[in-house]
Amino acid sequence: MSVFQTTIPAVADQEPMIQLLAPDGTRTPHDEFDAVLDGSAGGGGDDDLQTPERLRGYYRDMVMIRAADLEATSLQRQGQLGLWASALGQEAAQIGAGHASRAHDYLVPTYREHGVAWARGIEPWRLLEMFRGISHGGWDPAELRTHPYMIVLGSQAPHAVGYAMGLQRDGLVGTGDRDTDTAVLALFGDGASSEGEVAESFTFAASFQAPTVFYTQNNQWAISVPTAVQSRVPLAQRSRGWGIPSVRVDGNDVLAVMGAVRSALDAARAGEGPRFIEAVTYRMAAHTTSDDASRYRPGAEEQEWAEKDPILRLRRHLEQLGEIGEDYVKRCDEEGHDLAMQLHHHIHGMEDPDPVMIFDHVYAEPHPVVDAEREQYLEYAAQFEDEETAR
Amino acid sequence: MTETRSGHATTLPIAKAITAGLRDAMRADDHVMLMGEDIGRLGGVFRVTDGLFDEFGALRVVDTPLGEAGIVGTAVGLAMRGYRPVVEIQFDGFVFPAFNQITTQVAKMHYRTGGRVTLPMVIRIPHGGGIGAVEHHSESPEALFAHTAGLRILAPASAQDAYWMTRQAIESEDPVIMLEPKKRYWIKGDVDPDHRPELSPWQARVLREGTDATLLAWGPSVPLALESAGAAEEDGTSLEVIDLRSLAPLDLPTVTDSVRRTGRLVIVHEAPVTGGLGGEIAARVAEECFYHLEAPVTRVGGYSTPYPPARTEHAYLPDLDRVLDAVDRVLQH
Repeated sequence: MSVFQTTIPAVADQEPMIQLLAPDGTRTPHDEFDAVLDGSAGGGGDDDLQTPERLRGYYRDMVMIRAADLEATSLQRQGQLGLWASALGQEAAQIGAGHASRAHDYLVPTYREHGVAWARGIEPWRLLEMFRGISHGGWDPAELRTHPYMIVLGSQAPHAVGYAMGLQRDGLVGTGDRDTDTAVLALFGDGASSEGEVAESFTFAASFQAPTVFYTQNNQWAISVPTAVQSRVPLAQRSRGWGIPSVRVDGNDVLAVMGAVRSALDAARAGEGPRFIEAVTYRMAAHTTSDDASRYRPGAEEQEWAEKDPILRLRRHLEQLGEIGEDYVKRCDEEGHDLAMQLHHHIHGMEDPDPVMIFDHVYAEPHPVVDAEREQYLEYAAQFEDEETAR
Repeated sequence: MTETRSGHATTLPIAKAITAGLRDAMRADDHVMLMGEDIGRLGGVFRVTDGLFDEFGALRVVDTPLGEAGIVGTAVGLAMRGYRPVVEIQFDGFVFPAFNQITTQVAKMHYRTGGRVTLPMVIRIPHGGGIGAVEHHSESPEALFAHTAGLRILAPASAQDAYWMTRQAIESEDPVIMLEPKKRYWIKGDVDPDHRPELSPWQARVLREGTDATLLAWGPSVPLALESAGAAEEDGTSLEVIDLRSLAPLDLPTVTDSVRRTGRLVIVHEAPVTGGLGGEIAARVAEECFYHLEAPVTRVGGYSTPYPPARTEHAYLPDLDRVLDAVDRVLQH
């Protein structure tokens, strides 16, 4: 029987959490996920996702994205970014989900998916554009197969389902062709799981059996509100009332995350309908650089979760396998430092756009009101240019 | 060329002209699809999609679950996948669960992505009152959408416009809200599906020329404006009547040209006057035609109250007497 269940256990807090890597790095076998991870299950891909080389790669990715994340916080403190939403502590939940998706799957993120973006090949400076305030989004969703970062919580969830409905109409679901069958990975947090649009998205995805994998990173806190206020039952159980099979995994365990996400995406691509995954993780930093977590969060809890650090966990596992050495760890740290420096210089070197961009792309087709206001603005701004020249 | 037209010039009620527009658009482009509540086998509560389910099937005429945010939100995803969804909101008062999707997502996706994503989708909303309905079935929310940059709004008032605006809204690369005059759904008019109109859908139309004052109206108020002009003529008053047609963008030149000639403007709409689109037009006319105005721009609209119970709506909605009363007031200046 699959770990994806549609029944709700009699005792809510007995919802099991699948863990393949314990905090001390010990590996626990798991038949269903191991078959997915080593490719023997068939499904979307037959590549082995847990070769030592790949595991080291995930480790490096997590180190890199943490370095970029910490640098972004520094950049905000230096006044170079208006805001930063740190994903510290969620590296396994994000790097794992990103790598578990296939290149042609479509990802629909919220605004705190820096690890997912990294795994999808989106350079970190592109994420920082919107936090610096020079654009509202830095990439072409069609080219990178990744939706824009979305800020109004839950708003992106129905887009994911609609995109998946489009895939169904395009004949890209359940054909058995692993090169073309496609699914959508919709990401949102524990706070957003309370939004009505997420509930409506469950409804639509279930009704139309749209190939959507809903993936929530339960990082325990929605700014200052703990998950217990969002839900009386473990979040994983929420979708079961819609008939959407779901599972709860340890979100700080990169292998459990990959097993769940790849398995769910395989099912969605195969035409088996939507899936829901709760990845249990922890937001190590404050909600954003504008937040002060010490006002509502006990320090002891932060310490407890520090012991479950996803990066440390994978390193310990690699050490137990004898597949990582001091040199590799040092090199990853140096590369992380280099990335942070690159980011630092890139952001400090970014020029503000000409404000006339305000009027660009409001509409795809000509619009007399916006066009007239652009002209008025240019005439107004030109007066000051003349003054500058006269001086 | 493939034959995509429903037929040659004919007479149709507004509702059926929209049906014909949808049908022809769907025949012309496989990516046009319809979504909404009860639009499939039932053909919609106003029967606007009647017969389309049979012709195009469940994948292109989608009976959705009852969730307006879900309907509009999934349409966004479909549009990003290359489809041209036409969404039906069952009644004006039911659009608000989708308000977030329309204002933060539909309106802004093109801007947010620096022009990389277009959302060619249409949101059809039967709007306006006068049908004796219960609460939430008679609203005129156009100002809320006209206030939101990124949206276009069309308000057909004739069968010919209903057909062509349906076609042109679907062809637009921008999202379009089409406000359908529900109490006028069954008014018949000539429709010529073979000849694309010369006038852009984004321009106002002078329906009747006059010299003493200009009456500006849209959607369900257009027949009232024409009726008022006819009645005024019997009293020796010559009123110019303009059908605004496009509520976003506003076609101001057609309005200001007229006001410069007549010197007086009365704006008629069903929505409450407070914060209404009439106020925006009045401000712009004051800015551009100040020295041509012989009287203050005057509005005739719903009161600044919630839409009242149906047995009192006759006193809430603009009618012939209220329009003529306003005309008298501007002429007394």
